[in-house]
Amino acid sequence: MKKTVWKDVLLYMVLIILACLFLFPLVWMVISSFKTESRIFMDLTSFNAFLPTDFTFANYSAVFERIPFFRYIITSTLYVSVIVVLGLFVNSLAAYAFARMTFKGRDVLFAAVVALIIIPFESILLPLYLIVDELDWLNTYQALIVPFIANAFNIFMFRQFFLNLPKELEESARMDGASTLRIFFQIVIPLSKPVFITVALLTFITHWGDFMWPLIATTDESVRPLQVGMQFFFHQPPVKYGHIMAALTMGTIPLLLIFLFFQKYYVRGIASAGMKN
Amino acid sequence: MEPSPILRPNRNEKKVTAYSNKGVRQFWLGMGFAGPAVVLLFVFLIMPALLALYYSFTNYYLLTPQLSEFVGFENYQRLAGDTLFLKSLKNTAIFTAIVVPLQTLTALALALLVNQKLKGIKFFRVAFFAPVVTSMVIVSILWTFIYNPDTGLANSILSIVGIGPYQYLMDKDQALYSIIFMSVWQGAGYQMMIFLAGLQDIPDHQYEAASIDGANSWQKLIHITIPGIRNILVFIALVTMIAATKLFIQPFVMTQGGPLDSTKTLVYMVYETGFKFRDVGYSSALAVLFFMIVLVISVVQRKWLRDTSQ
Repeated sequence: MKKTVWKDVLLYMVLIILACLFLFPLVWMVISSFKTESRIFMDLTSFNAFLPTDFTFANYSAVFERIPFFRYIITSTLYVSVIVVLGLFVNSLAAYAFARMTFKGRDVLFAAVVALIIIPFESILLPLYLIVDELDWLNTYQALIVPFIANAFNIFMFRQFFLNLPKELEESARMDGASTLRIFFQIVIPLSKPVFITVALLTFITHWGDFMWPLIATTDESVRPLQVGMQFFFHQPPVKYGHIMAALTMGTIPLLLIFLFFQKYYVRGIASAGMKN
Repeated sequence: MEPSPILRPNRNEKKVTAYSNKGVRQFWLGMGFAGPAVVLLFVFLIMPALLALYYSFTNYYLLTPQLSEFVGFENYQRLAGDTLFLKSLKNTAIFTAIVVPLQTLTALALALLVNQKLKGIKFFRVAFFAPVVTSMVIVSILWTFIYNPDTGLANSILSIVGIGPYQYLMDKDQALYSIIFMSVWQGAGYQMMIFLAGLQDIPDHQYEAASIDGANSWQKLIHITIPGIRNILVFIALVTMIAATKLFIQPFVMTQGGPLDSTKTLVYMVYETGFKFRDVGYSSALAVLFFMIVLVISVVQRKWLRDTSQ
């Protein structure tokens, strides 16, 4: 009995040390965002760095004065949401065709789509830029959205799910004379909520973190997403610790909310990604 | 997609037999569903991929496309003698070779820890996962301040235990390792969650049976836990490896590839030669090579996975 108590104490000690290691940068970020610049430096050499020794909103108002922070958030939310919504439509429809419909060339086409998963985005960056430039889309929302609507991996995920649905409901609806499109919207989609939510979530998180493409495709502030905006702010003099920490803290909130609301689906989503093999 | 007028008569001719009529209808219905995705993938993925391959054999310069001509393997030959390329390749290889085992094992250790039935264990799961919730740009900016040699948190914390001070990102021998540490810190929680799901799928009775046979914790880990999550382990190693070869945001935000190119990576170079030096041909050769590396990694790992699971 005594042995297990010691084991628990030891475990807690390891856990607490690790938790400090994982949390200290984030705690420092949030706490510092509410301190004056001189206070941040003063506290740096003591444990006060992690304690609220000062309280001011000045850093936050300074961020809003120096950069259009809300606009960055709105731009990011808008373009990522449109990718998610259009992507759900386009990819699930394609996946349904590959899972349930029989037509000439279907299997070849699906194999080709799956093969595309392997292509790393980084290797098509420059030609994609040239294509988007040719379309006259640089510095537009189209440039941020359209290339990312169709997603080979998401088609694959949807198809896997559709294949496992029982066919009977769809077949009886067909007997009643329902069209394929109607079957898809009225029967298949309601049955497939989990996969829709998982794909939506993973797509949102992926594109929320987009950096390289928006950096290249948007030079204009009117379509600059949050990640690029923060990078610019980081290099924009004068560099004030407090201002940057306030911007970073606010920049963390949207994704934090997503995780809080969709925690269950997210964990299931990444777990299913792990089980795929 | 609307078929072109030239094709339309053909379609009508086929209507003669009921069988082919049905086949044609099914084909167009299928294409109606799959078409939008297929067209988008073609224009924004296949076409750029083919263009990258094509450009890599030309001397296409971004500002003078009209002067572009076919140069055969010249760009690839140039790569072999480019010391910056070799350095970027080496940096990417070091980053990958350290991050993959370090992050995978850290994640596994964390998962084993938070899989214990202890009070308040959920708090620790959230704590280890917290860095994942931020974006890579945010943590890169944050850690640039933490790593600041004079006014950074890292040196002031380490000075308590009498270590340091270090130069971190300012030192060509420390910069890459500083980025490695931060990247593992940021990403381990994600893989921990995948491992955790795998660990919870291992049935309790296996452990109970082992306890009756007198197995200690270490033996249980080796003989039950590791085999139980073997597929997940390989999957995570593969995903981490491919992600690691794409290293870009951290050096771009934190060091701009410096000091002395010590944090230049392959993708950084693709970006720089393409968008800064506007050398589309050379950048495309780099991009094609990068694609080959990713391809080889996945093919080898997939083959290995298939071989060992039989």
